[in-house]
Amino acid sequence: MLTPLRGLWYVPLMRLVYFAWLRERVGKAGETLSPPASVTTVGGLLEWLKGQGGGYAEALKDLSAVRVAVNQEYSGPETAIGPNDEVALFPPVTGG
Amino acid sequence: MSVRVQKEDFDVGAELNALTQRARAEGKGIGGIVTFSGIVREFSEGQRLAAMTLEHYPGMTERQLEDIEAEALRRWPLDASLIIHRYGRLEPGANIVLCITASAHRQAAFEANEFLVDWLKTKAPFWKLESGPKGESWVAAKSSDDKAADRWNVAPAAAKRRA
Repeated sequence: MLTPLRGLWYVPLMRLVYFAWLRERVGKAGETLSPPASVTTVGGLLEWLKGQGGGYAEALKDLSAVRVAVNQEYSGPETAIGPNDEVALFPPVTGG
Repeated sequence: MSVRVQKEDFDVGAELNALTQRARAEGKGIGGIVTFSGIVREFSEGQRLAAMTLEHYPGMTERQLEDIEAEALRRWPLDASLIIHRYGRLEPGANIVLCITASAHRQAAFEANEFLVDWLKTKAPFWKLESGPKGESWVAAKSSDDKAADRWNVAPAAAKRRA
């Protein structure tokens, strides 16, 4: 991995994965994105994604129905995120 | 103590026998074993189900189930436990989940088993898609499941007594 010198020459890449109806509304199971350097938390990422319109706006219309995991751990809006993180967005779980 | 996430079916009797024999071979003094198995219902909200498809988050699912099992072990004196959860397309009557807990006495085994099921329902990243006569729909999370999981945030009776 390259040294993460954000905003200079390194493009921060983040892995996004979507599940259940969030996957259907976004229209893909996952992707690699490069959000602006101002996006440093889960809450910031969700707002930025929502602003991308289309399926993102539809999927993130009601954030109370969205759960987030960063690197496979449940996270809240304040959780810090950065390059190389895997961020998963999904509805409340219904297993068992 | 183990966790399995799989597409394949499981045999409840075979799993129970294997766990019991393994625990006895290891010299564990088990006297009570509780087995919970969850199967796909025939009906959902009055509609006959054709199938239920379980999606999950590979990697995180296993980690969550292992964490939940480890938490049960911290709280109760368990001698053996097993969690199996299936994913993929399942028809009515098919096995979905199996939780086995074994202890010297029944109360710890009963309590730990309820705890495992309550917590996995609200923490393990699985999602159910139902297919019926009206098409497909994602099952919504129930607030009653959250309540059932939350009651374990208080120390349980059997765990306290043995502490």
